[in-house]
Amino acid sequence: MTGSSYSELLRLTAPEIVVALTGILVLVLDLSFLRRASLALRFRSAAVAASSGCILALAMLEGFSAPGGLPAGMLVVNPLTQLVQIALLVLAILVFLLTDSARFTTHVGEYFALILFATTAMLLLVSTQNLLIIFITIEFLSLSLYILTGFDKESPQSAEAGLKYFLFGGMSAGILLFGMSLLYGLSGSLVLGSIAAAVQDSPADPLLTLAIVMVLTGLGFKIAAAPFHMWAPEVYQGAPTLSASLVASSSKVASFFALFVIFYLGLMGAVGSAAWGHYSAGWAPVIAIVAVISMVWGNLAAIAQTSVRRLIAYSAIGHAGYMLIALVVHTGQSLIALVYYVVTYALATVGVFGVLSALESEKVDSIADFRGLGKRAPGLSFCLLIFLLSLAGIPPLAGFFGKFYVFVSALNVADRSGLLWLVMLALAMSVVSFYYYLRVLKQAYVSEPATGTVHIQVPAITRIALWATAALVVILGCLPDLLLSRIAAAVSAIR
Amino acid sequence: MLAWTIYLSFLGAVAVTLTPTTRPVIARFLALLTTLAGLGLAIVAVAQNRSGQLITIVRTPWIPALGIEYHLAADGISLVLVLLTGIAAVAGVLFSWNIERRVKDFFALYLVLIGAVYGVFLSFDLFELFVFYEIAIIPKYFLIAIWGSTRREYAAMKLVLYSFAGSALVLAGMVAAYVVSGERTLSLETLAHFPFPVHFQMWAFPLVFVGFAVLAGMWPFHTWAPTGHAAAPTAASMLLAGVVMKLGAYGCLRVAMMLFPRGLDPWGFHVLAFGSWQQVFAVLAVIGIVYGASIALVQKDLKFVVGYSSVSHMGFVLLGLMTLNQVGLSGAVYQMFSHGIIAGLLFAVVGRMVYDRTHTRDLGELSRIPLARLIPFAAVTFVLAFMASIGLPGFSGFIAELEVLIGTWRAFPWMTWIAGLGILIGIAFSWRALQATFFGEPATAKVPEEEMPPISVPERLGAYLLLASTIVLGLYPRLLMDLILPGLNGPLFEQLRQGGWR
Repeated sequence: MTGSSYSELLRLTAPEIVVALTGILVLVLDLSFLRRASLALRFRSAAVAASSGCILALAMLEGFSAPGGLPAGMLVVNPLTQLVQIALLVLAILVFLLTDSARFTTHVGEYFALILFATTAMLLLVSTQNLLIIFITIEFLSLSLYILTGFDKESPQSAEAGLKYFLFGGMSAGILLFGMSLLYGLSGSLVLGSIAAAVQDSPADPLLTLAIVMVLTGLGFKIAAAPFHMWAPEVYQGAPTLSASLVASSSKVASFFALFVIFYLGLMGAVGSAAWGHYSAGWAPVIAIVAVISMVWGNLAAIAQTSVRRLIAYSAIGHAGYMLIALVVHTGQSLIALVYYVVTYALATVGVFGVLSALESEKVDSIADFRGLGKRAPGLSFCLLIFLLSLAGIPPLAGFFGKFYVFVSALNVADRSGLLWLVMLALAMSVVSFYYYLRVLKQAYVSEPATGTVHIQVPAITRIALWATAALVVILGCLPDLLLSRIAAAVSAIR
Repeated sequence: MLAWTIYLSFLGAVAVTLTPTTRPVIARFLALLTTLAGLGLAIVAVAQNRSGQLITIVRTPWIPALGIEYHLAADGISLVLVLLTGIAAVAGVLFSWNIERRVKDFFALYLVLIGAVYGVFLSFDLFELFVFYEIAIIPKYFLIAIWGSTRREYAAMKLVLYSFAGSALVLAGMVAAYVVSGERTLSLETLAHFPFPVHFQMWAFPLVFVGFAVLAGMWPFHTWAPTGHAAAPTAASMLLAGVVMKLGAYGCLRVAMMLFPRGLDPWGFHVLAFGSWQQVFAVLAVIGIVYGASIALVQKDLKFVVGYSSVSHMGFVLLGLMTLNQVGLSGAVYQMFSHGIIAGLLFAVVGRMVYDRTHTRDLGELSRIPLARLIPFAAVTFVLAFMASIGLPGFSGFIAELEVLIGTWRAFPWMTWIAGLGILIGIAFSWRALQATFFGEPATAKVPEEEMPPISVPERLGAYLLLASTIVLGLYPRLLMDLILPGLNGPLFEQLRQGGWR
């Protein structure tokens, strides 16, 4: 590498560097100056420092970062990756603002540093087209998330969740690496573009099929698609609320984007078809099967849950199924739909976890604990209403438009009604999902609060962050063009 | 200006939540004012557009990337239903004056529901119509689950799941229509003239029609209606039966039949003696008429009697739609209006005047209370309402059912007899309910008279409003017919007239 490309590297990774440095800074600050400060102050100052770092990175992305790249697809910065990075940073900031009511650990600096490192990993993951870098960033992200999941040392559940996540994650990382090595063996390259050329030549190679299945297994774990979802309910339930919200939101955004990039850029030659009556072998039918299993199992299993966090986990599995439809469709339009869907989904999920974290002191876990929330904390439960209805896909909230656009893209392919079966199944399952979301809301609004309960106090910062998230969900639902036009412009810029 | 019916209702909902909890009367008056303003706007609009031509209110790009517009407009049919919504909304507020628990929440949800209903009737972009259609679902759930009675949580959940499942079918059809037309628009005006391929219409039509007809109470998807109506608080049952079921019927006409008229064409082969979707849905409608009336005949709960009578009457709407001739279709729209008023009246008497005073709806128990003597006003209203309901001349129900029957005679002569049988059963169950409720056996377990509060002023006003509407429209049907016919003969229904119209 020449000198000029080092400066290029620095220029392109400036946002990531800022976020990583902020992580170290937060660590140092907390361990030096704030050693003897109260826990509340430490949490608050760490949150402020971390969010300012993210805002700085945001400003760099928005302000003065031009598209570019490094050789061998190691780093690819284009308008679309920048847009996804902006979404990731916004989500990270929301998570920080929602930490205000969390007091579960005394290792504040480490906790925030890890969130920032995980964010750095995600920022890098979405801006690379090189298998090696993809694997390294996924591992970087996963290791941070394992620790974050098991961070609550006083809770056995947290430790169990962390261990389970780690064991499943380690296994699937191995499978992913195996799949990637097969791809490398087939094509002699780690760059997605060159792999695509090699795949184009021999799409029916049995080794390729094996590689595809293994890569899908490894990444299916990250996005919690069934049948690779076993860790999700445990992590959502056992992990500290904020770690869970990170796992559920921004890690999903980054992983889905990476999944789309790998299959769309690298394996387009072996796509096959999942259209009804026109089936042909390739990865599209495989992903369609995973999507079907996720939608059906996630939504049906969610009905049986009594814990709200597990319910959200199973609903996340169902949502992964809807989003995989966009991958089955694999058009430019479906990429727009996927980015819109996953970003708005992540917003609503961060919101739900924000509400849960505000209720942390109440030890709220089962659905029955939500009874009378509408009276005990009207603002909080109204936000919950917005988030859950958005997840259920009720207009005019953002979740509805995401679903609508995914379905439009699914039918807007050459063979009009080929994927209609997938859309009809998704619609049927969204009716099911409406039922269990409504069960939670029923407790909040219809049931009277148990006697002797008091009003719930919510810290001001959390309240503001929640209202802002809810407002975003409503605004993006009413005026989807705000986000949609940016995504569409970014997608058309790279094609 | 008509657009303000929607905005005012939503603004009213916000305003109601901001009123002090300690003074529920402010919330009540605010809700009444909002609904009155809506009704006023509707009346002005009707008076200004006597010709029933299509008028555009707002048209502006909404989601340019997809070519979706925010497009409010109204033709004669929309105007009729907007007027109905206005009347039903005012009456509903008047009949829920006595709600004491969570008054603010009640009226806020009520106004959101009203606003969404106005929105559906005025939307001329399919996406927008669907958005309003779904917004209407959520308040229904909470209105029933919080303020309802008999098995309210079950009934509320059943109702919203049926609605949601129906709208899922509609969504599928809508997305398919958007993609197939390739026009990058969901404007009803454009799509109404788009010649969709016939084989596409053949599956899109039943999909969308059934999706909407679930909400119109089409047999066998009607079961949400009686349980939902019986469980809902009075104002909500009035709105459910009076207006929300019309949303379904309106969608059937405005979306399914207007966009996919060729879906009604003969299939060219026969399955179980059915040769087209027209015949299938006509038979389902007739079954609904007879079945609903027969079940109403054996109910013990007075509210269920009225609930099943709604299923029966909505059968006439669907039958009228399936006749595919001008008389039948205009009869169907007239029946939407007429049933909206009469069902509102019946639920008002049953839920507010009778149940809130006696705390029972069991016909056996009611027959032991001399209600006709205790609340004569309710008895008179109920008699008039049932006279209107069974279609006696002089009431709006007569005009509507007569037109539907004439239309049916032209399309499917043999079905007229079965529908006529349904009317006869209707007379029987009305008679039975009337007899048991107000003119029962002399009281054995006598209720002291002072325990029964007299009929209040809001109740009287609401009853007068609804009674006046049904009688005026029974005596002078041209008032609405002049709006409906230009609507049906307008350019939007051109494809339907060219295709299945006979």
